[in-house]
Amino acid sequence: MSNLMVEARSVRKHYGSNEVLKGISLTVEQGEVLCIIGPSGSGKSTFLRCLNHLESINGGRISVNGELMGYRQSGTVLLEMKPSEIARQRQAIGMVFQRFNLFPHMTALQNVIEAPIGVSGVSAVEAKKLGTELLTQVGLAEKADHYPSQLSGGQQQRVAIARALAMKPKLMLFDEPTSALDPELVGDVLDVMKGLAKAGMTMIVVTHEMGFAREVADKVVFIDKGQIVEMGTPKEVLDHPQEARTKAFLNKVL
Amino acid sequence: MAQEEFNSDDVVAVPLRHPWRWVFGGIASALLLGFIWAIYSAPAIDHSVITQFMLDPRILEGMSVTLWVTVVCMFIATVLATILAIMKLSENPLQRLLATGFIEFFRGTPLLLQIVFWGYLGIIFPNLFVGIPFTDIIFFSGQTSQLIPAILAGIIALSLNEAAYSAEIVRAGILAVDSGQVEAAKSLGMSGGYTMRRIVLPQAMRVIIPPLGNEFIGMLKNTSLLQVIAVAELYTQASTISSANLAQIELLIVSGFWYLVMTTVLGFPQRALERKYGRGFSVVGARTEGRAFKVGKR
Repeated sequence: MSNLMVEARSVRKHYGSNEVLKGISLTVEQGEVLCIIGPSGSGKSTFLRCLNHLESINGGRISVNGELMGYRQSGTVLLEMKPSEIARQRQAIGMVFQRFNLFPHMTALQNVIEAPIGVSGVSAVEAKKLGTELLTQVGLAEKADHYPSQLSGGQQQRVAIARALAMKPKLMLFDEPTSALDPELVGDVLDVMKGLAKAGMTMIVVTHEMGFAREVADKVVFIDKGQIVEMGTPKEVLDHPQEARTKAFLNKVL
Repeated sequence: MAQEEFNSDDVVAVPLRHPWRWVFGGIASALLLGFIWAIYSAPAIDHSVITQFMLDPRILEGMSVTLWVTVVCMFIATVLATILAIMKLSENPLQRLLATGFIEFFRGTPLLLQIVFWGYLGIIFPNLFVGIPFTDIIFFSGQTSQLIPAILAGIIALSLNEAAYSAEIVRAGILAVDSGQVEAAKSLGMSGGYTMRRIVLPQAMRVIIPPLGNEFIGMLKNTSLLQVIAVAELYTQASTISSANLAQIELLIVSGFWYLVMTTVLGFPQRALERKYGRGFSVVGARTEGRAFKVGKR
């Protein structure tokens, strides 16, 4: 096995007659940061959600860490796994959402330690220690006992990152993590993500933050209308785009 | 002079006055007092009988039956309702159909009819047995009237009927939880059951408890219907007494008073529960730098 963390091969997805993904193929190596950019409705978020099987796919295949995600091959077809098996696979994949989705009835620390205790069976003492470390890592140790409603958007998103990291994932997915934030709060969240990338975390980030993509990404993919239009280093895609559609999009965003 | 006064910076802002509230408040108080006086001074009502039976042991015993039957029925109903609500939201069409059928059936027939039906079960099925159908193998059998005494029949009837109503309340509560919560739970590797128990239901409680408190009060009063199958709860005791001494109105006042006391007292645990499940949602409860301050600044 090579050190491929994610391998997507002609992934197809449709809602009824509406084709959202028309055969997406890409690979992400261990420790790499991939940024996915593209106009809204291009299918980039849907693709991200297929990677941890929050959305099922209609064709193609996705492997994460060498394991077929959400399906088992039987001859020429892929059979969907049982929910319990998919849940096990998801433990290795952290996800951060645009709208944070913190559990509002739990404090920041409780949010972080819920899954380690309830899913991985870590002891409460151990989980608390881990949770406090992770909250310190995202700069929110003193907010451990605050409820999400008492935190700013940026703080909530950093707790959400700590919550995902608590499961010790091998891959982190970010779905427009800064899109719902006030401009002055974006920096703190991006800083946490940069720290993660530096520490060697494999990350796939759907984002509109071109500055972040340029600085942190190893690879940038431009997706439009369910297809990959252009893929390459940030320099190639963002500074010297070859395709007309990429140029038009970047003109609007930058 | 008047102009000068008006231009002064030192003016006081007075909130809108509500003179009509005092008028309507006065009218309502007068009507209420009149009504109480009318009852109090009615010659047909013998006050000594009311005081005599207020703390009668039979009345107190009836109250205790009313209370424990209410609590047991609400407990069974809430558990069943949660199962029914989850079944109704299931992806499995058979589960949805079963839950819908149960709810429609028990909501669609009168409660009184259901109580009488369970009470008379012994007439339809004189014997009950547990065994394998179409064989002679029987594990257990007995007379229906002995296996299901009136009080058990009453509990079954009230619980099943209430489950059907509460199921819709629980379902509404579950639907009120943001779908992003389930996605976040899934992404952390939580199973469906764990997500329901730890993430969805605790948040749904916030929406469920106020209407469920209503149902609790409704249940407390509906236990009086068990009089038709001779369960010795409060109303049955009161009417048994009044059929002997013919003081119907006095005993209605006695039982009505105690029902009112019990339903009022039930409101306290409800408020405590609402506070508990409101944690993290209430802006007023924010401890240090909650949203309340932020909104104020903007």
